[in-house]
Amino acid sequence: MIEVQELVKTFGFNPVLRKLDLKVEAGQFLVLLGPNGSGKSTLLRILAALARPTSGLVKIGGWRLPDEAFAVRRQLGVVSHLPLLYDTLSAAENLRFFAQLYDLPEEGMDDLIQSSLAQVGLARRANDLVRTFSRGMLQRLTIARAILHDPAVVLFDEPYTGLDQEASSILDDLLRDLAQQNRTIVMTTHDIQRGHALASHVAILSRGKIGYLGATSAVPSGEILNLYTETIGAGQ
Amino acid sequence: MKDNQRFVTSYWRVVLLVARKDLRAEIRGRELISSMFLFAFLAVVIFSFALELDREARENSVAGVLWVTIIFSGMLGLARSMAVEKDKGSLDALLIAPVHRSALFYGKALANLLFTLVIALLLMVLLTVLFNISLFVWQVLVVLVLGCIGFTVSGTLVSSMSVYARARETLLPIMLLPVILPVLISAVRASGALLAGLKAEDWLPWMQLLALVDVVFLIITYFLFDYVVEE
Repeated sequence: MIEVQELVKTFGFNPVLRKLDLKVEAGQFLVLLGPNGSGKSTLLRILAALARPTSGLVKIGGWRLPDEAFAVRRQLGVVSHLPLLYDTLSAAENLRFFAQLYDLPEEGMDDLIQSSLAQVGLARRANDLVRTFSRGMLQRLTIARAILHDPAVVLFDEPYTGLDQEASSILDDLLRDLAQQNRTIVMTTHDIQRGHALASHVAILSRGKIGYLGATSAVPSGEILNLYTETIGAGQ
Repeated sequence: MKDNQRFVTSYWRVVLLVARKDLRAEIRGRELISSMFLFAFLAVVIFSFALELDREARENSVAGVLWVTIIFSGMLGLARSMAVEKDKGSLDALLIAPVHRSALFYGKALANLLFTLVIALLLMVLLTVLFNISLFVWQVLVVLVLGCIGFTVSGTLVSSMSVYARARETLLPIMLLPVILPVLISAVRASGALLAGLKAEDWLPWMQLLALVDVVFLIITYFLFDYVVEE
């Protein structure tokens, strides 16, 4: 589903990704771990067609980026630590705006919006302005927005930032639901244990390269921190 | 043929969708118009006290005062309009959507144009009262629309560039003022000549130049926006 070969991204003279290779099969849930500056967010922005690779091959669903970005964007949903919503619009108005932007059929749009809000537990707040929402509610609405058009691939960039325990646990459940719907998920996080518990595969980025890539079942949860530290250490 | 027609329909649908979203947000929040109008009001009052001129001098300076105030108050709106999208991450949400990015740009520019026109019309009322000169001549209104199109189209593009910078508030006027110089000069000259009651040969070439600059800006921004917003 996602294929990255020898991906290089530089900002000025500063290389952020250095000939990075990565393959994510359809239906996999990959968690990307790595310290600040390792290139996690840059990789996600390239996959989301928000940044242009300096060189290398990036393909999603068989379409190549950036040349076929239009086709790629149709099958992508993106959630970041920012809400990506309009706080002067209500929850339903936000979803309607994005549904229309994605050219979803008008017929049945109200039902789709209601069921999306219900899926993230916000059906009762449909007509409330987004600026009255807590951080956790914003993040749930962001997920509803990201999956409104039923994308095959969902990218999460540090989705737990700023969430309290309860909101994080609700987000865990939502991520499990999405994974069960056979979507391909790529998520960056600094919460190593949580990422390991949720994902089917783990990749550790160090200095712009994948230092480790494997199934989470191959790494016991007690070992993931050691593996992370060793991989980061080896990349220095 | 059908594909082309569908592309055009869907393109304009996105332009109107984005503009409508910005208008709805502004009607609810009243952040842009109120700050732009307050700035414009204070600027015109200061101008009227600072330039205690006789009638002839007022007639000569009113076009300059009008356009300088439109541009400075308009810049407040342009900066805020893009900063809101960037700070909440909603600019990324727009850019991820499978739509032509220039349609997103023209939607933002259309909303900015409407905000700037509202301020410009209120300014004309204020100047008519404070300078005791009627600005409501239909040709001046045409110049006003043409000038605001050139200003908001180039301004929306420059603000999309400066919004990524750390010192975006200072960067926007530094980058934008040289770009809009042709708009400013031709708008001031055309409206000045019209208000002085000069012949068509004195204002028409400036109006034509203004229209030409608008067309050039509209074409350039169509191709540039995608490169401006992609990292």
